[in-house]
Amino acid sequence: MQPFTRITSRVVALPIDNIDTDQIIPARFLKTISKEGLGQHLFADWRYNPDGSPKPDFPINQPGAREARILLVGDNFGCGSSREHAPWALIDFGFRAIISTSFADIFRNNALKNGLLPVVVDIDTHRQLFEMAEADPSTVLTIDLAEQSLILPNGKQVYFPIDTFNKKCLLEGIDQLGYLLKQEPLIQAYEALHPARVSTRIMEE
Amino acid sequence: MTSTPCTLFDKIWDDHVVVEEPDSPAVLYIDLHLIHEVTSPQAFDGLRRRGLRVRRPHQTVATIDHSIPTTPPEVPIADPQAARQIQQIVENCREFGIPLYGVGSPTRGIVHVIGPELGLTQPGMTIVCGDSHTSTHGAFGALAFGIGTSEVEHVLATQCLLQRKPRTCQVYVDGYLNKGVTAKDLILGLIAQIGSGGGTGYVFEYAGPAIRALSMEERMTVCNMSIEAGARAGMIAPDDTTFEYLAGRLYAPKGEAWDAALKRWRALPSDPDARFDHTITLDARRLEPMITYGTNPAMAIPVTGVVPDPAGVSDLGERQAMEKALRYMGLRPGQRLLGHPIDVVFIGSCTNGRLSDLRQAASVLKGRRVKEGVRVLVVPGSQSVKRAAEAEGLHRIFLEAGAEWRESGCSMCIAMNGDQLQPGQYAVSTSNRNFEGRQGPGGRTLLASPLTAAAAAITGVVTDPRTLLE
Ligand code: SF4
Repeated sequence: MQPFTRITSRVVALPIDNIDTDQIIPARFLKTISKEGLGQHLFADWRYNPDGSPKPDFPINQPGAREARILLVGDNFGCGSSREHAPWALIDFGFRAIISTSFADIFRNNALKNGLLPVVVDIDTHRQLFEMAEADPSTVLTIDLAEQSLILPNGKQVYFPIDTFNKKCLLEGIDQLGYLLKQEPLIQAYEALHPARVSTRIMEE
Repeated sequence: MTSTPCTLFDKIWDDHVVVEEPDSPAVLYIDLHLIHEVTSPQAFDGLRRRGLRVRRPHQTVATIDHSIPTTPPEVPIADPQAARQIQQIVENCREFGIPLYGVGSPTRGIVHVIGPELGLTQPGMTIVCGDSHTSTHGAFGALAFGIGTSEVEHVLATQCLLQRKPRTCQVYVDGYLNKGVTAKDLILGLIAQIGSGGGTGYVFEYAGPAIRALSMEERMTVCNMSIEAGARAGMIAPDDTTFEYLAGRLYAPKGEAWDAALKRWRALPSDPDARFDHTITLDARRLEPMITYGTNPAMAIPVTGVVPDPAGVSDLGERQAMEKALRYMGLRPGQRLLGHPIDVVFIGSCTNGRLSDLRQAASVLKGRRVKEGVRVLVVPGSQSVKRAAEAEGLHRIFLEAGAEWRESGCSMCIAMNGDQLQPGQYAVSTSNRNFEGRQGPGGRTLLASPLTAAAAAITGVVTDPRTLLE
């Protein structure tokens, strides 16, 4: 996993609440067996016309969006399906951080495991960010993970929450499976005390 | 000895924590891991890359449901990508020694239908699957939730997950459901009340007389859609209804093991004074058949109601989402949905694809004909459901009415297997998501119960099912 420390980037704004993972990446693109190349399908049904041509007014199709590392979205981002293809597609497109007032649980977990930082801000900051992005689409923000701060163009600093564990994993690019594998002796001890509650060994047919 | 009163969730959580280091999430032991073809291939790749094995292949079970066609089994899979994905899970299961209910298996089906059916889902267990509707299994008093593919890899490798303890919320449903009002209407009513993010961060425990009166299949419908309110999981304390359902099932304990299990299971319900972080109440008597008008399950109204006006919504993001939804759905504020023409009816999915759902739909369709020009797809949730329905002659009722009777699978719930809407079409669907394009690009989904879906099949328009019940 690529470490996340500090990024300074322009912002793409998508002021819609409850953007579900079926919009982030529609199900017909989930027939892949790899993680690669999903960025081309990001927001596919919003971004392309039925003939496959890009819709010029859709935010991620606008000039400069390709260079943006920060996506600003409405409340409850990533609700719906558990597909990790959603963060894979966002990252493959180039995003490293998403700002919202809240994230759906599974999406948030999936994002953090892939080095994509979910930044939760209060309603006032959220509104202010959308106003800035609308007034000037080239608005640049800085996100500093060590400081847990978001720095606005006017110098205003806003702090965002993140738990110690995920922060450390992101800052150092640590993969969480490594942490779990190190618990092997404790897992064995647990299993010694708790016999399997079900076994799928008996199969009919 | 007096101990602090615990909720059902607390008891299962505490029983499964392997270790919780300071400043780290808990390492939670997983009893049962369900996998399917869509969210697992990259996890197996990860194992191969690191040279890891599957730690507990016999606490794992696989099936094929999402991308499999529902046409007769002898018809080859037309989509090469779907065929490849299906081949991949077969190879992965063989390589790693995981039992697979594969294409030809007589008990294959939607992962959340077969788990309970086979008796794999049991009270007090932790159950995960790379699928958000894993919340379904909570109907048995298990802690069951959806995970991403990285976490699928974690569980395959270690049988554990890193988890932060969620908060608990009791959803108390008072009274009893009226005739024509189903478990689906109950859960849509709840989601409409609290919003699609209303449960974020919480595990729901459903309680109250209305919940106790539900059958296991109805309880599964309720728990299934917990995720549509954003809840991490939904649970219902096990009781005699649960135990009766489980007794004798393939993987359920037998003999002395059954007696010992019963003893453990009876201790699971929340203690009388247990505290929840939050409580929501709902009055079952006031619920009506529900239908969605928008593009998330919270955009739901009584079938007799009118489409709300976004102008009345103060929050900007919410207002814009609603305006966008109405544009997409081709509906106007203030409009009645009753009488609105529809093109397709889909009866199936892990929400409403079980035998009792098919019986309900059949009770409306019996002796009637599907309206000309309407396509009706009935897709059983599993091959076992299919056989049971055929044994009662339900398939004949569907076929004689003019509906299609299919093999099992997710089908038009997610439109990955070729069963899908055409752009602009309206469908009344018993599935769980009405997101834009969920049932095919440009398709418009109205979520409802099997009764409401069957009623629309007969009339060709949105219909109050109570008008067709004798
Ligand atoms: S039926 Fe639909 S919701 Fe259920 S598992 Fe299949 S795709 Fe997911």
